[in-house]
Amino acid sequence: MNEQLLTASPGDVLATPGPWREFWDYFSANRGALIGAGFILLVLLAALFANLLTPHSPFEQYRDAILTPPAWQEGGVWRYPLGTDEVGRDILTRLIFGGRMSLFIGMMVVCLALLLGTLIGLAAGYARGITDTLIMRAMDIIMALPSLLLALAIVTILGPGLINAAIAIAITYLPHYVRITRASVIAESSRDYVTASRVSGAGVLRLVFITILPNCMAPLIVQASLGFSNAILDAAALGFIGLGAQPPSPEWGSMLSNALEFIQRAWWVVTFPGLMILLTVLAFNLMGDGLRDALDPKMKL
Amino acid sequence: MFGFLLKRVSVIIPTFIGVTLLTFALIRLIPGDPVELMAGERGVDPVRHARLLAEMGLDQPLLVQYWHYLTGIFHGDLGISVVTREPVIREFFTLFPATLELSFCAIVIAIVVGLPAGIIAAVRRGKVTDYTVMGMSLTGYSMPIFWWGLLLILLFSVTLGWTPVSGRISATYWVDEATGFMLIDSLLSDEPGAFLSTLHHLILPAFVLATIPLAVIARMTRSAMLEVLREDYVLVARAKGLAMPLVVCVHALRNALIPVITVIGLQVGVLMAGAILTETIFSWPGVGKWLLDSIRRRDYPSVQGGILLVSCIVIFVNLTVDIFYGVVNPRIRHQR
Repeated sequence: MNEQLLTASPGDVLATPGPWREFWDYFSANRGALIGAGFILLVLLAALFANLLTPHSPFEQYRDAILTPPAWQEGGVWRYPLGTDEVGRDILTRLIFGGRMSLFIGMMVVCLALLLGTLIGLAAGYARGITDTLIMRAMDIIMALPSLLLALAIVTILGPGLINAAIAIAITYLPHYVRITRASVIAESSRDYVTASRVSGAGVLRLVFITILPNCMAPLIVQASLGFSNAILDAAALGFIGLGAQPPSPEWGSMLSNALEFIQRAWWVVTFPGLMILLTVLAFNLMGDGLRDALDPKMKL
Repeated sequence: MFGFLLKRVSVIIPTFIGVTLLTFALIRLIPGDPVELMAGERGVDPVRHARLLAEMGLDQPLLVQYWHYLTGIFHGDLGISVVTREPVIREFFTLFPATLELSFCAIVIAIVVGLPAGIIAAVRRGKVTDYTVMGMSLTGYSMPIFWWGLLLILLFSVTLGWTPVSGRISATYWVDEATGFMLIDSLLSDEPGAFLSTLHHLILPAFVLATIPLAVIARMTRSAMLEVLREDYVLVARAKGLAMPLVVCVHALRNALIPVITVIGLQVGVLMAGAILTETIFSWPGVGKWLLDSIRRRDYPSVQGGILLVSCIVIFVNLTVDIFYGVVNPRIRHQR
């Protein structure tokens, strides 16, 4: 900081960096976070323009090209760069379209959990008393169960499918958002600016949503980014065991659901979908770490 | 101390009731008639239908049903599996040793590898070792373990032929079930290669199940260690001329271990969820695979009982960790 003051011209010193600039400076200093964000952007763009990127349909079965190996291997052709699966569908095409499903489910889970969790957390933190106790006990119950187990139970009730899997996963992650919101609301409520706002006559809704909530956002954003990776991982696991996205939809997890049969003769069927899950989840975790460092100085280690 | 114990134990009562409500609701929230769902396409005649409904107590008012369910639980009655007609609780505890054995080996691997890895990363902070350990741990943390299992089978079983693909022991051995823990049973048996065969079957699934806890333990150990290494008493120990390894292992580790132990306790839930996937891939005859099979077979009493029992185990272990944490750290105990 001092060096900057010494070398900068007087005009520069007066212009303090805006919040976005400050965020970007922190975030871009973290190479892992940048790589993660870059990869996510890539998957996102591929998912958006999937139809333009590949000549095949994810459902088209080329019966004359069943279990074709990847192009660089003997017997492979560049028509199917990463080979084909057991019914002759192009794996690369299915991976690209699979990005849509994974990002969609991640988005849906995070939005649902974030929205509901924030609302419930605000209610608990602002109301306190019996409401608070009841809500937190309910959250404890959800937390007591392993997320996949609870998701299994909920999917058993709702029936298998992508949307139901997303709802189930969102419920299992609800407590994280509720706890974070509640804790920040309680911490912020005793601050002077909240008292000032209350004294000047702000109503409950204004206090909660306009005065307090914006100051609780940083940890929520971090949690949402990290929640993305968990959501994708759990959705893939549900797809793998046949309770998430249903075949023939090109979801990465469900693409692996009968991979065990082909493990002896077609390694590419087993390898690529899982690699996409790993890389995408890793990318979200890297970005989440970067966001945490950039947004929340308290959590910095 | 007694007050602390009482408080901790009383906190889990509402959680336990909540879980019973959840599993109770499970069977009743499934759309459609449970008996017909379980019967599937074969259908069921009205007399048998009524008898099955009565057998499961589904013809009574909800509150009465819940009361019967709750009292049943305390008598160890979790209903009867629709498929095998065996009591659910007996099925569960026949299979549970297999899961326990697998989870135990997994957590041992995770601790034995994760703890030193975290310590080394903390001591060599900012060096290549640190980045390597942290990179691997982040990768492990992001790993879809069902795929990781498939990949290791592809490498070690299919390509290299080192380990078997599934099961707990080679079919050529006949081992009497004394404890249900194959490692102990095979040692007790007089068949020479049985123990090695068991180990052979166990190593890959245990390693797969260990992946995520390992990554979490390594990360946690590193950050706890970094925190402790900054303390004055570490500096004092160093200033007295003690060697760094001694300071790290004796002075620093003891204090760094407290948060790590909590994290290890929290892995029980992760292990239980992971067991569902790992056991399915490796055809490991444990409760995880059984639970999933029960869902697929629409054996709802088994699903209900299984989820309840697994949850109770997780709650119980977390409580034990909580209490243990209070015992080793008086600051927690005297907190209000």
